Amino acid sequence: MSLPVVEYLKLPEGGEPYLEGHKCSECGSIFLGERNVCSNCFARDSMQSIKLNNTGKLYSYSIVFRSFPGIEVPYISAIVDLDGGGTVKGNLIDCEPDPDKINFDMPVEVIFDDALGRKDKDGNSYISYFFKPIT
Amino acid sequence: MSDVYVLGVDMIKFGRFPDRTVPDLGAEAALLALDDAGLNIGNMEAFYCGNLGQANAMVGQRILQEIGQTGIPVVNCSNACATGATAFREAWTSIKAGLYDVVLAVGVEQMGTGLLGGSGSGSGIPKEGLLGSGTMPAVFAEAGMEHARQYGTTFEQFAKISVKNHHHSTMNPKARYQIETPLDEVMNAEMISYPNTKLMCSVNVDGAAAAVLVSEKKAKELGMQRAVRIKASVMTSDPYQERDLVMPDVNSCTRKAAAEAYEMAGLDSSDVDLVELHDCFATAEMLHYENLGLCEDGEAGRLIDEGEVELGGRIPVNVSGGLLSKGHPLGATGIANIYEVCSHLRGEAGKRQVENARIGMTHVIGLGSACGIHILEKV
Repeated sequence: MSLPVVEYLKLPEGGEPYLEGHKCSECGSIFLGERNVCSNCFARDSMQSIKLNNTGKLYSYSIVFRSFPGIEVPYISAIVDLDGGGTVKGNLIDCEPDPDKINFDMPVEVIFDDALGRKDKDGNSYISYFFKPIT
Repeated sequence: MSDVYVLGVDMIKFGRFPDRTVPDLGAEAALLALDDAGLNIGNMEAFYCGNLGQANAMVGQRILQEIGQTGIPVVNCSNACATGATAFREAWTSIKAGLYDVVLAVGVEQMGTGLLGGSGSGSGIPKEGLLGSGTMPAVFAEAGMEHARQYGTTFEQFAKISVKNHHHSTMNPKARYQIETPLDEVMNAEMISYPNTKLMCSVNVDGAAAAVLVSEKKAKELGMQRAVRIKASVMTSDPYQERDLVMPDVNSCTRKAAAEAYEMAGLDSSDVDLVELHDCFATAEMLHYENLGLCEDGEAGRLIDEGEVELGGRIPVNVSGGLLSKGHPLGATGIANIYEVCSHLRGEAGKRQVENARIGMTHVIGLGSACGIHILEKV
C-alpha cells in the first residue's frame, strides 16, 4: 500500500484521492495543513477541513534545469490556483519545458500517481499529485 | 529621541576564504570599522552580531575573543538574508532607546557551494522535483514570472539587470568579481531555473562587514565630518497573502517597509540618490524597483531598458555590483550595503561614485520573510 506524499494529500479507503484544505469560516482564507488559528483574521477554532477541487489554472512557474544530484531535470515547477480556492505547488507534467508552450492561466487538472518511484528508507512507496494540462 | 549616526563602517573584500573562520572574518571587518570611526573595542558599549550558518555558536563572543573581551552585552542575530540588517537595526534601536551612545554591529558569513533551499525531505521521501522546486533560483524565478504574467516582462529584461550589476562591479575593488558580462553571455549562460541563468543568480562568497553606530551627542563629541545620519530604520515580516504557503512573498513586506521608511525619514522616493537593493536573483531586482517606489507598478521593465537604474541614470541601483556580482554572504549583506551607501554619501566611492549623493537607501529580504530598509543621509 502506498502512503500520501504530504499530509494534505488524502487517500480515503475505497475512495478517490484528493487534496485537503483548511478554510477559515470567519474570513474564508484557505490553508494547506492543519492549524488552529487563522493567520489572516486571527480567528481561533474557525478552521474547517475542505476537499479542494481537482482543477485549476496556472498562476506562475519556473522551468528547473539545475536541481540537487539525482533529481531528473528539466521539470516545470508550477504554482496553481485551484478552482474554488487554494493554491498548490507541484510538477506540471505532459507539457514541454519550453516557455513558449506554457501559458499563464492555462487550465490544469490535478492527477494522483506514484511519486516517481521514490521510496523511503523502509521501502514504502508513495502517492503524489501532479498537474496536467487540460486540452 | 537622538538621531543615530554611522561613524565608522567598512567591509572586507568578498571572496572565498576556506582557511579562515567565521569569527576571524568578522573580527577583521570589526577592526576596519573601528579604525574608520577612530575608536577601539574598549569604546563600544554593546555589540550586535549577525550570522546565519553558525547561529547557535556565539559568533559575536568569539569575535570579541579575537579583538578584545570587554564584558559588553553581545546579541547574536539570525534572520535569513536580513540577518546583517537586523543586527544593524538592533544597534540603532538600542541607541534610540537611550541605552547606549556607541555600539558595534557586525555581519559575517562563510558560505557553502551549490544551490540553497530545496523542499526539505522532512519525513517520508524527498519532495524536490516532485512537488515543484524549493530551490532559491526556482522560488525567485516564480516570483519573477508573476511579474511577467502581470506586465509581460521578458527574459531579456531580467537578463539586462545582471549585465548592469556586473558592469557596476568592475568599478568596485571589494566586489567578488570585476568582470563585464554582455547580454548574450548572460542569456546564454547555463539555465538554472528559467528565467534565471547562472549569471542571474547571486554569488556564494564569504564576507564580513561592520559598522559603528553612535548617538548624536557622541557624534558631535567625536566629530561629524564623516558621520552619516540614519534617517530611517525599518523591519517588517510578511503580512498574510493568499498564496503565502506555496509562494514566499517578498513584495508585500518590502512595500510595507518602504512606506514606513519614507514616512519615518520624511522623504519620498524622488529624494533618493542611490539604492542598494536585494538582487539575490535578477528576477528579484525587477520586483523591487516597483516595491520601493522607484517607478510606478508595471514600469520596472522600462526602467532597466532605458538605463534609469544604471550609474549615471536617474536612480542608480546596486552600483556596488549587488549580490549578483559583489557577492552574497548572507549574514554580511545587510551591513555591506550600508557600507556601500555610506561610501557614496561620504564621496569616497571612487570610480563608481554617484555624483552629489545626499540620500541613499538599503534594502534586504530574508525569505520567510523579513525585510529590512535603511535610509541614510549625508550630514
